[in-house]
Formats: sequence, structure tokens, C-alpha cells
Amino acid sequence: MGLGTAGAGACAPVVREAVLDNGLKVLVQELRTAPLVSVWCWYRVGSKDEGPGLTGVSHWVEHMNFKGTRNIPRDEVKGIIEQFGGTWNGYTWIDQTAYMETASTVALERMLFIEAERMDACLYHPDDCESERSVIISELQGGENDPEELLDNEVTAVAFKAHPYRHPTIGWLGDLQSMTRDDLYGHYRRFYVPNNATIVVVGDVDTDATLRRIEHHFGRIPAGQAPRRVTAVEPPQAAERRVILRRPGTTAYWRAVFHAPAVGDADFFPLLFVDAILNGASGLNIWNGHGVPVPQRSARLYRALVDRGLAASVSGGLLPTEQPYLYTIAATVAAGETLATLEDVMLGELARIAREGVTEAECAKVRAQLRARFVYESDSVTDIAHQIGYFETIGGWRLYHDLQRRLAEVTVEQVSAAAASRLRDDNRTIGWVDPVDAGIH
Amino acid sequence: MPLSPRRLVLSNGLTLVVQENPASAAVSAVISVAAGALSDPAGREGTATLVARVIDRGSESLTAEAIADALDCRGAALSVSAGRHRMSLSFTCLAEDTGDVLAIAARAITSPVFPEREVSTRRAELVTELREAEDDPASMAVDRMMSELYAGHPYGRPIHGRVATVGPLDRDGLRGFHASTFAPAATTIVLAGGVGAAGIIDVVERAFGSWHTPAPIPVEVPVAPAPPARRVIAVPMMDKAQTDVAYGLIGIARRDPDHEAAGVMNNALGQYAIGGRLGDSIRERQGMAYYVYSRLDANQGAGPLTVRAGVSAANVERTLASIDEEMRVVVRDGFTAKEVDESKRYLIGSLPRRLETNAGIAAFLAEAEYFGLDLDEDQTLPGRIAAVTADQVHAAARRLLDPAHAIIVVAGPWTGPRGEGGS
Repeated sequence: MGLGTAGAGACAPVVREAVLDNGLKVLVQELRTAPLVSVWCWYRVGSKDEGPGLTGVSHWVEHMNFKGTRNIPRDEVKGIIEQFGGTWNGYTWIDQTAYMETASTVALERMLFIEAERMDACLYHPDDCESERSVIISELQGGENDPEELLDNEVTAVAFKAHPYRHPTIGWLGDLQSMTRDDLYGHYRRFYVPNNATIVVVGDVDTDATLRRIEHHFGRIPAGQAPRRVTAVEPPQAAERRVILRRPGTTAYWRAVFHAPAVGDADFFPLLFVDAILNGASGLNIWNGHGVPVPQRSARLYRALVDRGLAASVSGGLLPTEQPYLYTIAATVAAGETLATLEDVMLGELARIAREGVTEAECAKVRAQLRARFVYESDSVTDIAHQIGYFETIGGWRLYHDLQRRLAEVTVEQVSAAAASRLRDDNRTIGWVDPVDAGIH
Repeated sequence: MPLSPRRLVLSNGLTLVVQENPASAAVSAVISVAAGALSDPAGREGTATLVARVIDRGSESLTAEAIADALDCRGAALSVSAGRHRMSLSFTCLAEDTGDVLAIAARAITSPVFPEREVSTRRAELVTELREAEDDPASMAVDRMMSELYAGHPYGRPIHGRVATVGPLDRDGLRGFHASTFAPAATTIVLAGGVGAAGIIDVVERAFGSWHTPAPIPVEVPVAPAPPARRVIAVPMMDKAQTDVAYGLIGIARRDPDHEAAGVMNNALGQYAIGGRLGDSIRERQGMAYYVYSRLDANQGAGPLTVRAGVSAANVERTLASIDEEMRVVVRDGFTAKEVDESKRYLIGSLPRRLETNAGIAAFLAEAEYFGLDLDEDQTLPGRIAAVTADQVHAAARRLLDPAHAIIVVAGPWTGPRGEGGS
């Protein structure tokens, strides 16, 4: 066990940080509210790390890493965690790939073994690669059944000219059809090295004993060459961009995406306030699936659009990312209303907040919302472990413990300035799904 | 750690269940009223759903705007949804705000005014959602499957209505629904989180104690007969990228003595790991689907056992054949002892995860109360599952898995089976 083990501070929950000699970062938090433990293994590789012709490779690799290893035969994968009453999963997004297990504490040893195997012993049998190709194409086509997903993909691709955040995580169909087993395996070997990974353990565990077991399982895995990092920088947008999808359907959808700050940029938290004032606070946990609705009935866009009957729904999305990504505003046009009418009112509201700023009372309200939100989205070992690991992959886990302080420090002037600088028309891409009633249903 | 809920019935008949969780800074609540879509007037399907959308949008003492401001400034999230049998108002808030949010919820439930403007706005929202569902193969497949599987039975009625039945709904209809179904004796409040039971009992007494309405007549659910014959129905949506399959059978009721055995059977068939035997065959071995699973919706009456899959149009027939074959083999041979044991261990072992969060505890206790189970369900359920035998699981498979009487709906770019009587 190597360098720098330290707690996070007296007030925050204690997270023990360690780095193994091979570069694997380890984060452990004891939490004894239930006899459960959650293990998350994070890799700093996502869809932005994919080159031309290989879009979707990170996500496909994630699928392949559930298919048996040198020491876990293919037919023993099934039930390996379920027999402990546990659940396991994985996901890939633009900056990261993550694998998780949550189960009774007695399964900790099993969970660490699985993650160590996954790091360097996956098999990539050619038959499994081919079988999974069609599963992933099925996943892509299931997504394409949803007109909103189609619109999001189109708008994102138009908003970015240079940065690899432009392509969808699942990849383009042509790349999924042509990618080879060697492409997959090469990507796996390049990015799945301990010095590109973080393992997070939260739950009813003893920290010292857990660190020893992690050293036992992962210490033997050699460090790899440090993966190359994305250096592309998106040039400033010069003019508004537009996408209009005309397709058979029943419902019209509206989107605007604005180039947004990365989590480490000064105006990230002020823009989070802007979003909460417009749409209600939706929090910062992309994993949390408890379905706690966003408190938005007094939010500006809800009152201007939904309460007036122009939209059936409106929402905002600003997620923490390593590099500057997008702030999204989405609306569903109410039956009988038009995209043009909705857009007029929407753009009027956005112009108003950019021009006139926000009030102290609005900031106080959304600060309370965000404070509550951060409590709700950290109410299980799974969610806490997710948040620690997620923030580690985009800038550092300490930011997760610093969220309440960052909220407290945001001023009304900063929020108004973020609205003025980000919600400009030359910083946005607008998308429509304009349905054509083909009369086929 | 076992739950230790406190339960009491107020003098007006309302039931309160509180589970303290001192480690939590938040509270989750579920307030259930026995007033669901089964109480919709004929031809007015969607009434309960629209009541759910408007009931918290103005009460005798608070306007919709005042309610919105009071909830939003506390970061409290409140939602109301209607199911077949009950309406549920759920909220999550910081523990310190519990009394204030409960008071708002109480006014919504006991004295809603259903303002005209809110009725009209939320009705238009609901119509938009129903129109969206018409463009969604998954919604279309499940909706059609339910209406055909339960033809002539209350479970065949659409919970959220149709555009044609929601359009005419008005304020009087919503008020009438509320007056005839909402009553303290039909209401259960479940709270879990960082609050003391004693204090909460006082708060609930103050908020709900003066509510007096006669108990409504309970809705009876008739027995659902199996369809006379298997049918494969295409819902062509030719602009879509792939099809959604909904393969439906009549399942069982929650209070059925076979419920635990049927739960283990369903887990082994279409849930365990990536979708049990169905997932092994259709996803893992044949690579045909991103998702395939079965689910058992045991309700007051016999809800459906449904298999769902998303597959390309070219693979629809192979998928249906695989589902049929897996069922046929299970009915003939049963599951292996290992499969039964694994599913039982999973169902028992997953209980602590279900009960980790306030929302999970509240949902678990609300369900126990809804089905009239004992409040120590979290302690007795593992023993009941452990006692299920392989023979009982096999018997449950023989009772429920009957491809000859399945209703199968395929929505998407597929026009019908080759060589089988579709419509």
C-alpha cells in the first residue's frame, strides 16, 4: 500500500483514500446503517475517448466485461452476486465506465474478486463478441423508437463540431456493424489498467481490513501505460444552430442545448442555480433512480409554459462533466399547441433571465431545494459510493463532500452573470421534433 | 435490522403506520386511498388519473400557487398517482419539514377544490401523454395485451383512459369521484424516516382527525378467466426501429396461497441475473434482445404474468418460439434444484436492499397494509420463501405457464406472423 491515506475532515463522513503501488486509487467509507456494502469500480474511459470508426466501443467493452474471465467460467457468471441477494450493473457515459455490486456484507470478498478479474482477465471470446453485437444493436434500435432520444442525439452532434462529446455513447450504427473483436480487446487492454481506475467501497465494513483485501486482489495487476487523454477543445460557437426532425409521430418536442461549464469551472454552480430557478432543482446524481420528482411547480419555465398549457412538461439538465458539455432545456408541446408558440414564450423567458438576472429570494429557494436534493440522492450505500466515484472520475471525490459549501457560496450576482453569459442565442442549438401524421398507427 | 413500525387507527378510521429511522435526515411518506381506476365511471376511463393530477392543485384554504410555493421553497417533492385499486400521494422532504408537508397533503386529500383552470390544464397534459403513448411501441404492446387478456374484466380497462374518454372529463366528474371514494376508513398513511412516532401521531391527528366521511363500498374484483385461445396480434408501427413484445397470461392474486411459489417460479423463469431462463436463451445464447424478462403483477385480483422483450422485426417469430419452448420445458420438467435454491436465496437476500432507504421502507409497509399482511412481513417473508419446495415451484409453473392461452401483442415494424392466425 502506497501513498497518501487521509480522512476527509472532521465534519464530513470519513473517506479513507489510498493508492496502491500500481496506481489504483482506493476510497473506502464505513457506513453501518444496514448490513450492506456497495463496491464500484470506475475507469476513466467513456465515449469521448473513442476515435473515428470506433464510436460505441467503450459501451460494448462494458458489455463484454460481464462474460466470464480466466477464473470465472462463463456459466458461473450468472448468479455470482444474486446468490447473496445482491444486485450488479454497469454503465458507460461520456467520461467514465463504471461497474457496481451491492449485496450483503458477507459478499465483499466476492465483489472484490469479480472487479479484480474484470480489470485484467476478461476473455473476449469471438462468439461472445458477435452475440453481443446484435444485443447492442437491439439496444440502439430500442432507443431510436423514442423520438426524444433521436432528437437528443441530433442536437448533441450539431452542437459540437470538434469535441468527441458529439457522438452518442452507444455509438453510430455503422461503427457497431464494422467493429472487430480486436478493436474491442485493444480498447480493453489500453484503458483497463489500475492506474486508470478507482475502486470505491461504502458500507458495513472495516476500513483497514477492506484495504488489505483490496491490496490482496488488485496489488498483483501490473500498471499500464497511462492512456492518452482527449485534447480537443470545442471552438466557441459563432451563431445559433438548428435541427428539425420531421418524422411520423403524435407529439412535438423542443430542445435547446447551450455550451456549459465543466464541473471545475467557476460558473458551474451558478449555472446550476439558473437551471433550478428555471426548472426546479434536479440534483447531481445521474444514477439515483428513486424517482423523487423535481420540485418545479413554482419554477419560471413551468409557470410560463406548463401552467399556461403550452407544454405538457419542461425540464432542465446540467450534469457535472470533466470537460465543458451541454446545458439542456427540454419541453413536450401540449396537444393542440405549436412548436413556434412554445418557442416564442420559451425564448422570451430565457432572454428575460439573461437580461434582468435573478433575485435573492429565488436564489434562497433553490439553495434550499439543492440542499434537500443532495440529502435525498445520498440515502443508500449504493448512491454514496456512486457519487464518490463519479466525482473522482471528473475532477476529484472531495468535491462531493464540498457540495453544500459550494452551494452556500454562490451569490445572486454570479447566478445572474451565468445566465447572461451562457443563455445567449449564439451559444445555443435548438432542436424540434415536428411530427408528421402519417396515419399509419 | 428488523423493522419495528408503530401502527394505529385514528377514531375516524384512518390507519397510520410509522417507522422511525433516526439515522436519516429525510422522510418519505405514502398516503394510499382505496380509490383507483376501477372506480372510474364507465366511459369515463382516466377519471382517477385526472383526479390524481389535480387533487393537490388547490384546496379550500390554499391556492395551487400557494401549495407550489410552500413545497418548492422546502425542496419537497410531492406526487400523486392512480393505480387500478388505489391512489397514492407520495412525498419526500427533509425531516424538519414533515409537519408542514403533511398538512398540505392532508388538505389535498380531504378538501380539494379541483379549480376549473387546473382541470383544463392537467387534462390537456394527460391527453398529450396519451398521444405520446400512441407513438411508443412498448406502451402500445402492453396496453393492447391487457385489454385483450382481460377482455370484459375490470383489469382490461385502461388505467389512464384514452384520448376519447379523458377529453370530456370535467370538474363535476372529479368532485363526484372524490366524494364517492375518499374516506378516512379507506386511507392509510405510511411514514418512514428521521421523525419520532409520538410527534407524528399528533401531527396526523391534527391534520386528518376532523375528517369524517362514510366508508365507501369496497370494489369487488371478479375472477378473470383465461382467454379461450392463444392469439398473436400485430400492432404495426412501420416507422419504428424495433418491435416490443408483450406476452401475457393470467397470473395470481397477492393473497393466493401459491403466491410465494409463483414468485420463485417467476424469478427463475424471467428475472434471476439477466432475465432467468428467458434471458439465458434470448439474450445470452441467441443475442436477440437487449432486454427480456418476466414479471408477475399479483394484485387484489389475479394480475398478469407478462413476458416482455424488445427485438428486431426479423427475430419476432424466433423470440416467440423461444418463449414458448422455455415455458414448455419448465412445465414438463420443472426447474433444477439449483435454480430454485438460487432464486429463493436471491429473493430472501435482497430484502435488506429493499428496506435500506426511507422510500423503500415506506413502499414495503404501504404494500403490506394494502394487501392486509402482518406488519412483521419483513421478518416472516424470508421463512415463507425458504419453505417453498421445488415441487411447489413446478406446480406454480404448471398452473400459470400456458402458451395455449396466451395473448401476445407485437408492436413495431412487424405486420403479423407467418403461418399463425394473427390479426
